Order: sequence, then structure tokens, then C-alpha cells
Amino acid sequence: MRFLLVEDNEELGAAVIARLSLDGHAVDLATTLAEAEEWLAIAQYDLMLLDVMLPDGDGREFLRKTRTVERLPVIVLTARSQVSDRVDTLDLGADDYITKPFDFGELEARCRAVLRRRGTPTPALIPLGTALFDPSGGTLLQNGDTKPLRNRELRLLEVFARNKGQILSKTQLLDRLFPQDAEVSENAIEVYVGRLRKRLQEAGVEIETVRGIGYRMTWP
Amino acid sequence: MSTANSLPFWWRSIGQRLTILLAGVAAVLAILSWWTVTSFAREAAEQTQDNVLVASATTIAEALHSEQGTILLELPYSAFAMLDAIGQDRVFYRVSAGGETLTGYDDLAEPVNPVGRPGAATVRTMDYRGDTVRAVTVQRTVLAGQQPVPVLVTVAQTRTGVQAIGAELSQTAAGLSVSLFIVAVGLGAFAAGNALQPLNSFAQAVSRRGPSDLRPLRRQVPAELSPLLIALNRLMERLGHSIRRSEEFIVEAAHRVRTPLATVRVQAELALHTVEKEEEKQMLRRIIRAVDESSRSASQLLDHATVSFRADTLAQDHVDLAELATRVSDGLAPTADMKDIAIILNCKGPADVRGDAILLESALRNVLDNSIKYSPAETAIDVTLDRMDDRYWRLTVRDHGRGFSAPCLPDLTARFQRGTNVDQVVGSGLGLTIAKEVLDAHGGRIELTTPDDGEGACVSLILPAA
Repeated sequence: MRFLLVEDNEELGAAVIARLSLDGHAVDLATTLAEAEEWLAIAQYDLMLLDVMLPDGDGREFLRKTRTVERLPVIVLTARSQVSDRVDTLDLGADDYITKPFDFGELEARCRAVLRRRGTPTPALIPLGTALFDPSGGTLLQNGDTKPLRNRELRLLEVFARNKGQILSKTQLLDRLFPQDAEVSENAIEVYVGRLRKRLQEAGVEIETVRGIGYRMTWP
Repeated sequence: MSTANSLPFWWRSIGQRLTILLAGVAAVLAILSWWTVTSFAREAAEQTQDNVLVASATTIAEALHSEQGTILLELPYSAFAMLDAIGQDRVFYRVSAGGETLTGYDDLAEPVNPVGRPGAATVRTMDYRGDTVRAVTVQRTVLAGQQPVPVLVTVAQTRTGVQAIGAELSQTAAGLSVSLFIVAVGLGAFAAGNALQPLNSFAQAVSRRGPSDLRPLRRQVPAELSPLLIALNRLMERLGHSIRRSEEFIVEAAHRVRTPLATVRVQAELALHTVEKEEEKQMLRRIIRAVDESSRSASQLLDHATVSFRADTLAQDHVDLAELATRVSDGLAPTADMKDIAIILNCKGPADVRGDAILLESALRNVLDNSIKYSPAETAIDVTLDRMDDRYWRLTVRDHGRGFSAPCLPDLTARFQRGTNVDQVVGSGLGLTIAKEVLDAHGGRIELTTPDDGEGACVSLILPAA
């Protein structure tokens, strides 16, 4: 997906870009509202992440202005946590709201929820054997049937799908699956791998255990 | 009103004060008018008596004549008849020539220096035979032969009748004055009420406003009230300004604290993807935990400050609990989704309560957020709305987590108090406190229970129905 990140703190901006790039997203950074407008004029984005406190104005003002022209989904990043502000922002037409500091898993979940709600055309379906995987919709299409995936299954499948044939270590998968602040044992991963195996069996997708290292997903 | 009672009586009520002042003025005027009328009446009665006495004495004096050097007098009947008009008073007379009594009471005293001018009379009040009498003496010179002889005619009358007339008039005047006073007091009270009417309607306009309504008061007021109006508007402006300033400060402070925290968190997450060693990963996870903990504490402290502030001036909006529960659940759904926790809503509205929508939302959000935090993955949280009895709505959040450890149940809503079974879960111990304070401010309560099947926790927010 292609994001426009509007954030005046360059360190934070750079780190968010680096983190989103790890998941294969393309991100442009604007540090002012003026810059954001320039980016919006020349590029097409799937989603905008907007900080509300910017040096050249209030992000909410910008939101009100751009809403009338664009139909770009917006998630507001804010340091405020007061409920009133949340209501404000949503009233102004943001699709969702996330408070700094945030967990990337949660940001992704919110992005996905927003895109699903807005019915934005799916950017890409990933073929997995005879099934089609829709990462942004969070579904698996099989034999004309759309099956919703649970959040953790979905995130796990995303990693596997993007790394066809590669061995992924348990820790890599754990990092992907659980919030960073949770203490979880590596065994937890087995449960989710087991479930994915069952779901993807029919499609001819295999998740192979590489003893002592991790897992690898392959499909024809 | 306790403030009014501690004031000296005189300052307690402007209306009373004005009424009493007006009544005092009315009393003075009534007494003055009574006194004036009475003394006028008395004077008039006395004047009348004097005039009649003078006329009587003059009539007698005119009847004097002389024949061959002898002074003769035929007392005219009319001289005494006219005196009857005054009342049943006794009449005394004396006619004397050169100190020798011609007729009448010779002990009736005569003035030492009577006025000699024709037509003039000497008028005196004196005691005679145990009574106070009014006496009039006129002098006439009669020619006895060739000799002019001064003759004094004195007519006196007791004063009972005059005094009776005076008393009667005074009584009538007193009655009139009392009625005048009563009418004046009534009018005074009315006038005081009427004069204070703009003040009362002004006070009502101020008290009718919502507690958080700090807009300037736009009103036509009498000139005397306009300094008050201006001062009040200035005060509200300053108050609004300082509230806005502290709100802006909170926002600014949050922004300043959270942005670097966010940077640290993202950097740590990034590093987590690049480091290999398990110990290093552990260290990074600990950093992330610490960041989460401080950001959570910061936001709950700010929430708590907001709650304390807003609870003091509680708004009275109509809030539909069903709609509120839906909104809060939708907002937290992605967070719950992270752990594959399903939030099952069972809320049918409308369920109207009166209060501050922002506070109520904050209370429910804290409770629900707690439930998500303490629930294991792939469980359900039920949010149920029901009418507890004819007075209260009950919004219950029930999870399937670790539940409350029974002994610490009553303490959990205390500030910074956390359960004994929280393990590794990040928390500040303010969540339930915030919820409790919000519920208290709304005349409701919070109930923490362990469900009948003994699994998980049950938090009920109980609010009076609108």
C-alpha cells in the first residue's frame, strides 16, 4: 500500500517509514501541511496518516479542507487522548484515530479496518495455490467462498505469503503476531500455524516445520 | 441561603431594606400630617372661640350707653346666644367702669393694660373658679355727662367644647394617618419589588445557564446593573480564557511527552527486527513495555484531570447509552482484534441518561479497555445494556479473563490501586478510579462482581435513567 505520512517530527517520521517499509508499504513523508498538499497533488495514496499538531497549522483544519475534495481515507495520529478530541476529529471526517505512541500491529489493524469500511478497491489479491488471499480485506477466497480470517491468522498468513519458500524463524513470526509488550512463549505460534495449515490444506498450500529453526510456506 | 444569613440583618435583602426604608418615610410623613392636621384643627377651634368671644364682648360693649351721666347697660341676649354655638360651656362676664363692676362676676380678673384701640380686644387664657377659661376684654369709652369713662367688657368661657372638637379632629386625623401609612407601606413593598424586578430577572438569566456556559451574557439591563453585567462578562471571559489555556497546556504537554515516546517505541520496534540475540530482544521488549506504561499513565492522568475538572461543572446532555456503548466498542474493536477478542454488543436503545457525554464515554472506554487488557486471546467480551429497575440503567461489561481476586475487590476503584493478579499487564491503576468518579458525579455507581460461573470479571455501570 502507499501511505502519505504527515508528521512534523522527522525522527518519528523516519522511523515510522522504516517500520512500514519492513511490511512492504511505500510511504512519503510530509513535515508540513503545505508539503502534504504538494504530495497529494502529484501522487495517489491508499491512506493518509495525519498528525494534528503541525508547525503550519492544525491538522484538523486541513482535514476539513481536504475532505471536501478528496475521498482519501485518513487516520489521525495524535498525542491527545481526550475523548472530546477524538469525537472532534471523527466529526471532521477522519476515518479513525490512533494515539501516540502506538503499536504497529494496531495501526495496521486500524488501517485495514478503515480500508474495509470504506470499500476501497483491493490493491492486490495474492494467489495461494487455488485460493486467493485478500490481505487488506482479511479474507480468503476459495471455491467461490469468501472466508474471513481472524486477525492473528491473517497477520501470520501475510508474512508467509510475502516470503514464499523462505524459512521464517519463530521469533520473527512472534514479533509479527503479538504486541511488542506481551510476554509470550514460542509455543503460542504453533497453535496459529496449525490453524493456517488446516485452512489452506484444500488449496494445496503447505506449511513445513523446519526443525530447530522455524517454518516455511510453499505453494505450487 | 447560608451566605445571606451570616450577613447583618440590614444587608440580607435589598427588597426588605427598601421596604423598611419606605415604610419609615411613610411613618414620618403620617405622624407629621397627623400633627399638622391636629394643631391646625385646634387652632381653628380656638380661633373660632376667640372670634365669637370678641363678637360677644363687642356686642355687649356696643349696648353701653349713658343717660344723664350714668352708664347704663341692657345685656343683649344675642351676646350670650352666639356663645352657645361652641358647646355646653359655662360663660362668665364682667362689665366694669374705672375698676368698679357694673354687672357680672366681680372676681373675674381684668387685664392690667387692656388694649385701648377701638375694635381691638385683649385675649387671655386663665384659671377661673377651678376651670381654664378663655377671656376676651374689650374697652369702650363712654361719655358719662361730659366725662369720658373707660368701660371694660370681659367675656370668658370654659374650654371643654373646644378641647372636645380638637380631640375629635385629632382622632379623625390619626385614623387618616394610619390608613395613609398602611397604603404607603403596601405601595413601598410593591415599588421595592418592582424596582428589584430587573435584578431578579438578571439573576435568573445567570442561574439558568449551564455550568459550563461561559458565553458573555447579552442582555438589555438598567444602567445600574450594567457595571455588574460588564464585570460578570469579564469574569466569564477570563475564566473561559484560563480554562482554554489549561486545556491547551494539557494538549501541548501531552504532545511534547508522547511524540518522543512514540519515536522511542518505533525505534525499538525497528531494532527488534534487526537484532538476533534473544537477550537483546528481551531488552527491547522491556523498553517497549516501559514506553507503553508511561504513555498509558500519562493519558490516564490527563483523563483523570479532565474528569475531575468536568465533574465539578457537570453538563446535562441527553446521552443514549446504547449509542455510546456502540461507539466505544467500535473504537476499541481494532485493539480487541489484535488479540482476536470479540466484543459482543447487546445494547438496544434508546437508553437516555443525563450527563456529560465525554465523561461517560471515558468511563466506559476505561472499563472496556481494562477488560481487553486482562482477557486472554480469542475470548469474548459481552457489553450488555439493561434496565435494572424503574430508576436505573445498567451497562455491564463482562469478560472471560482472570477476574478479580476476591479479597481486593472493594479496593480496586481506589486511585493507583491494582489487583493482586495483574502479572505482566501494563496498567496505572487509574482506569476504574476514573470510571468510579464519573459514575459518582452522575449519581450512579460502579459494581465489580465475579460472574456466577466464576469465570472472568463483571463490571456494571449503573446510571439513573433520564
